[in-house]
Amino acid sequence: MRVSLFVTCLTDTFYPRTGIAVVRLLQHLGCDVDFPENQTCCGQPMYNNGFHDDARELAKKMVRDFEHAQYVVTPSGSCAAMIHDYYGDLLKGDHAYEHGAAQLIAKTYEFSRFLTDVLEVDLRALGAKWSGKATYHYSCHLRGMGVKSPMLEVANSALSTPPAREQSAGMSVEDDPAVRLLRQIEGLEYAQLPKADQCCGFGGTFATKMPEMSGAMVRDKVASIASTGAETCISSEGGCTMNIAGCANRQGVNVQFKSLAEIIAESLGLMDDL
Amino acid sequence: MTTPHEGQPQAQSGATLRTADLPAATATGFVPGLSASEPVALTSSVGKLQGHDILFPPLPYDIHARAQAATHDTQLQQFVHNATYLKDQGRKRIFAASFGERYDAMRELGGRIKQHALDHLDYYLEEWIDRATEAGVQVHFARDGAEANAIASEIAQRQNAKLCVKSKSMVTEETGLLDALAKVGCETIETDLGEFILQLDHDAPSHIVTPMIHKDRTAVGRAFARELGVPYTDDATTLTQIARNHLRQKYRQADLGISGGNFLVAETGSVVICTNEGNGRLCTSVPRTHIAFVGIEKIIPKLEHLSVMLKLLARSSTAQPLTVYTHVMTGPRKATEPDGPTEMHVVLVDNGRSEVLRAETREMLRCIRCGACLNACPVYRKIGGHAYGAVYSGPIGAILTPMLRGLENYPDLPHASSLCGACYEACPVKIDIPKFLIKLKKFQHQRKLSSFTERAIMKLWAVSLHWKWSYELGGWAQRRMLRLQAKAGRDRAKPYSDRGYVKQAGGPLAGWTQERDMPTPPSQGFRQWWRQEQVRAAGRKTAVESGTASHQHTSPDGCDDHAHQGSQH
Repeated sequence: MRVSLFVTCLTDTFYPRTGIAVVRLLQHLGCDVDFPENQTCCGQPMYNNGFHDDARELAKKMVRDFEHAQYVVTPSGSCAAMIHDYYGDLLKGDHAYEHGAAQLIAKTYEFSRFLTDVLEVDLRALGAKWSGKATYHYSCHLRGMGVKSPMLEVANSALSTPPAREQSAGMSVEDDPAVRLLRQIEGLEYAQLPKADQCCGFGGTFATKMPEMSGAMVRDKVASIASTGAETCISSEGGCTMNIAGCANRQGVNVQFKSLAEIIAESLGLMDDL
Repeated sequence: MTTPHEGQPQAQSGATLRTADLPAATATGFVPGLSASEPVALTSSVGKLQGHDILFPPLPYDIHARAQAATHDTQLQQFVHNATYLKDQGRKRIFAASFGERYDAMRELGGRIKQHALDHLDYYLEEWIDRATEAGVQVHFARDGAEANAIASEIAQRQNAKLCVKSKSMVTEETGLLDALAKVGCETIETDLGEFILQLDHDAPSHIVTPMIHKDRTAVGRAFARELGVPYTDDATTLTQIARNHLRQKYRQADLGISGGNFLVAETGSVVICTNEGNGRLCTSVPRTHIAFVGIEKIIPKLEHLSVMLKLLARSSTAQPLTVYTHVMTGPRKATEPDGPTEMHVVLVDNGRSEVLRAETREMLRCIRCGACLNACPVYRKIGGHAYGAVYSGPIGAILTPMLRGLENYPDLPHASSLCGACYEACPVKIDIPKFLIKLKKFQHQRKLSSFTERAIMKLWAVSLHWKWSYELGGWAQRRMLRLQAKAGRDRAKPYSDRGYVKQAGGPLAGWTQERDMPTPPSQGFRQWWRQEQVRAAGRKTAVESGTASHQHTSPDGCDDHAHQGSQH
């Protein structure tokens, strides 16, 4: 199986170890991984800020850069969501790119989704081991990716038993592919994050344009993380991680941040040298 | 459950009322059309009440001061955050229990009903007007808030009304009706408990559904003691009883009753209001005259659609299967009926809505004012409703306010969102609020309302992403600058995670470091690793081919560890 990595600009520059983990893990699972070096950015910052013509040009570039890929896998939920949710509209009616956009959408997978849905990985069978207590930050863009509907999560728990206040304060994330994978790792003590469905306050330029709002939101998130007592917070979205880790550092909250890819690759002994 | 099907009304692309077809009695004012209107004139009704200053601040409105104050107001944080969070959870639970996996299908249905009605607004408004007029309702149109207030004032004067009881209505907040009635000598008492308290306290609603979400009962106790002359108490039951006793007198004395309207049912000509306190019923049936202020977008085609909308509204706003009182009012008291008003007026209020009705933004008007997006919004939870500086707050306010009152007047609102999508997920009529926030930013650039610097920076950034070399140059510069600023040391053992933190940055990052540190990139990026990996892979291949693979393990060079590691794969 040939897999092309769309590493994303943030992961490339800020979180390279995540990109490395994805490559090693996919290779470990028998994939032939390539990295089309012309790739840059999916255009999300431009799109979200209302610069749609600029975003459209970058969408075209993405279609060209991954034209020959069989699968495109990216560790970022928001970049995958950008492709899935907006490329169709952006390139609609453009005869040179419309078809290519549809193909790119169909073959692009967010990393955790690729592991569970395409490779159907069972980490138990692979002997995954990791030691420590970890919580998981659910990034908002996974909503768009259909990775999990918090509504249905609560639905399921509500249908069985009316949840107590404590339970309802954090949703059940059992169906999240990332959480399912984490539960397959021996020795990893998983602590559910309270108020997991509340945004961390990153939001791209929102963090710099509306600092007071963003700051209040991220402090709330850091407090939630600290309340779990976990020494590791798993966060796969580069933007969220920069935001939350930056706040934790400012507040002196001692938590390390790792992506899901890093945790899984570590649990299989693929990252010992880095 | 059926949806409105396409065949019924044959509307033109826009929604233009055929004035000629309207009954003469109804054509007392503006007919909603698609006129290209100038920036909406503000009904500057800032009177004696401080409350109105809160919702009608000087324009253009800068959100930062109030947002900053709100995030430092621990009491507000506690009240608003906890209340909205619990309401949001309650909404999820009741939807889950009622509809389970069909939740999304329900929202889809609600959205389609409203969208259909909006797509054929001219048809359904006419139908509603015909039916309502037949039932004896006097229908009025108001192009803006001033016209709406003038209509109500004229009725009040004609009847020599001195006292008016009013149930909750956001449209009357838009128009500033209370001040207008006061000017013609008619005092208005808010009868919704929350609004009543706000009125006593010279405050303003900060939430569409729960207007005093930013207050607690001690504030209520103080307001009651000061304004009603009762001994201070913060016991909720006692406070409710005080309000009840006070308001009962007013209902009996009132000449005029005013309400809003949650829905207008076209096929019956009915006005529907949903309340939980019973005050709406008293306001609309005890005084001899009832006036309802209703936005033109409240129309739905049939009663069978009402059943869908009521299910969605009550669950979304208060996590109830149905509100305690649901009034379907069709005309004033009939000869056979023992009570009810002798006159019923409905003022159909445009006030900027026909501008929003453009195809590009029409979806926004689906809103049924349930407040679910406010409760779900992490930004609203932090800054509360007053920070939005307008009648409508939260995510829906962030898109509606710039449309209703001018994008140039509310430049910050489209940016007051992290685009997390919680509002879209919560919306019972599936308004894609994040999409519209983005669209408003696009309008800002198109109308050159955004700064030249912002547009220039974004353009440069976008252009730099077109080529690998410029992208890499940008990445290199970013790495270098941030690491220099953070004085980040290099860790040769961990070149892909040896990051530092910038404590204070200037320029566009100043806002970031005002609130948190900025992590720097590590000393090496992913591309460096990938290239080295390719070189190592090629080296391994050559080594295997020439039979010298064993040499690698003895070399002292650090790279060999990687090569060794790499060879495992």
